Amino acid sequence: MVWQPGRTDWPDRTVTVVVWLTALTVTGVFLWIVGDVLRHGLSGLSWGFLIEGPRDTGRAGGIGPMIVSTLLVLGVCLAVSVPIGVGTAVWLAEFARGGGLFGRLVRWSLDVLAGVPSIVFGLFGNALFCIYLGMGFSILSGGLTLACMVLPLLIRSCEAGLRAVPDDYRKAATALGLSRSAVLWRILLPAATPGLVVGLVLGIGRALGETAALLFTSGYVDRMPGSLMDSGRTLSVHIYDLAMNVPGGQNRAYATAIVLISLLLIVNVLTSHLADRWLHRRITRT
Amino acid sequence: MFRSTSDRLLLGLLRCVSALAAAVVMLIVIFLVIESWPALRSVGPLRFFTDPSWHPASAAGGGAGRFNLIPMLIGTLASTAGAVMLATPLGIASALFCRFYAPKRIATGYRRLLELLTGIPSVVFGLWGLLVLAPLIRQWHPPGQSLLAGVLILTVMILPTVALLSESSLNSVPRAYLRGAAALGLSRWATIRGVVLPAARGGIVTAVLLATGRAIGETMAVLMVAGNVVQVPHSVFDPVRTLTANIALELGYAMDIHRSALFVSGLVLMMMLAALIGLAEWIGGGRMNA
Repeated sequence: MVWQPGRTDWPDRTVTVVVWLTALTVTGVFLWIVGDVLRHGLSGLSWGFLIEGPRDTGRAGGIGPMIVSTLLVLGVCLAVSVPIGVGTAVWLAEFARGGGLFGRLVRWSLDVLAGVPSIVFGLFGNALFCIYLGMGFSILSGGLTLACMVLPLLIRSCEAGLRAVPDDYRKAATALGLSRSAVLWRILLPAATPGLVVGLVLGIGRALGETAALLFTSGYVDRMPGSLMDSGRTLSVHIYDLAMNVPGGQNRAYATAIVLISLLLIVNVLTSHLADRWLHRRITRT
Repeated sequence: MFRSTSDRLLLGLLRCVSALAAAVVMLIVIFLVIESWPALRSVGPLRFFTDPSWHPASAAGGGAGRFNLIPMLIGTLASTAGAVMLATPLGIASALFCRFYAPKRIATGYRRLLELLTGIPSVVFGLWGLLVLAPLIRQWHPPGQSLLAGVLILTVMILPTVALLSESSLNSVPRAYLRGAAALGLSRWATIRGVVLPAARGGIVTAVLLATGRAIGETMAVLMVAGNVVQVPHSVFDPVRTLTANIALELGYAMDIHRSALFVSGLVLMMMLAALIGLAEWIGGGRMNA
């Protein structure tokens, strides 16, 4: 947009100043938070910190078991939510486009699910997985609870990705007499990869950072988990515990925060890369 | 249409999976109701608002528990209202900055920064609030961990939501409107105030309502900075406890009726959010028809 320079009056100039100041303030706060975490946390980082177990309730030692627990919880979460999420997205985008009662019901449920607060997922997971299904405080309970939580994110992005696939592809495939399953596997899913990746990145981000839903599902035992039925403390729960319940645990909490954020970035880059190679390759080859 | 067996199998499978995804919400509501039933039956819904205090644990010892949720309800409403009042102007200004004020490269950078801000886990915000923000407030007015700290941390957390969603609704304002305004010789602010904001109003309202929902549901960051004293705050420097923080703090050791009472507060949270979604749909629907 081109604004005529002569056409500015004092309200116009004031608003310009206010808008720029807002942007500067927000940037400042962001840098303040990041800088603070880095300044206090970097000194605590070392190879030993990443692989050792915690000693003295976390004041010394490392966060090895928490990293393992976090990845296990994430693994359970994705193993359950990705098939369900992609399946639902395919159904919504390819078979329930016009709506219909069931389609509308599914969509409405997912919209509501997206708005449920994480602590309510914690209550639900605790009641259903830990107690009713008898899994107790375990990585399995935590992962399943998170799977419920990230479903709407996965489904929305994946559905958007599928809808972005041009209809010509479907028509051409129908003209060639391909079955719907073949079209799905060979054309639609590979072409919808970008949407799926966005959903995965969002879901992983939400799952890795989650604390409230895990406090009462995967628990806070800080030992190395021996199986999925063991309780495991994730990185975010560890940060919470160090900051709130361990006097003198602050710098360790900051260091753990750096590890958590780095893990988020690494997993995201890896996801985009792998999904791209694995799925996108198939459509370019065929 | 579906001739092959594999196609029919596929469709059936997809339908089952979709039903499963849709069932999660029902399951959540069902479990909240089942678990809160003992408290609702033996205590009654009214006492959650009229009891003299919140001492649910004494019910387990044979005494009479007290179940007043009002202080927590006020804690949640006050911190949410404060955060929304701060984040709305700041978020809209950020959106305007990206769309109309900043040079292209700065706008892209600022948008990336907002996206990063949405990706930071809430427990990291809580950590920063606990160790940096609350001590700063304490220097000004003790005790530091307070409603104010909760409001500020929530503001930082929901601001990117308001900004990014508002910006996408600013982007959907038709170009012709802007050209019309330019042809009339309107200044930048006059264009924004008279043309852009009214046209994008529906989207901005939805953005604010979504952010409000996020603020109501936020647990960890508020839990870490707001002080968690069960009381009705008299000033912004008083510590408060929100509904979400109350659940997170007490579920670990709650038994019997106490545990059930915490599920009642979960149910109350869900009702607040349902009302919010209803409001959003009502406003959004009204706008679309207008």
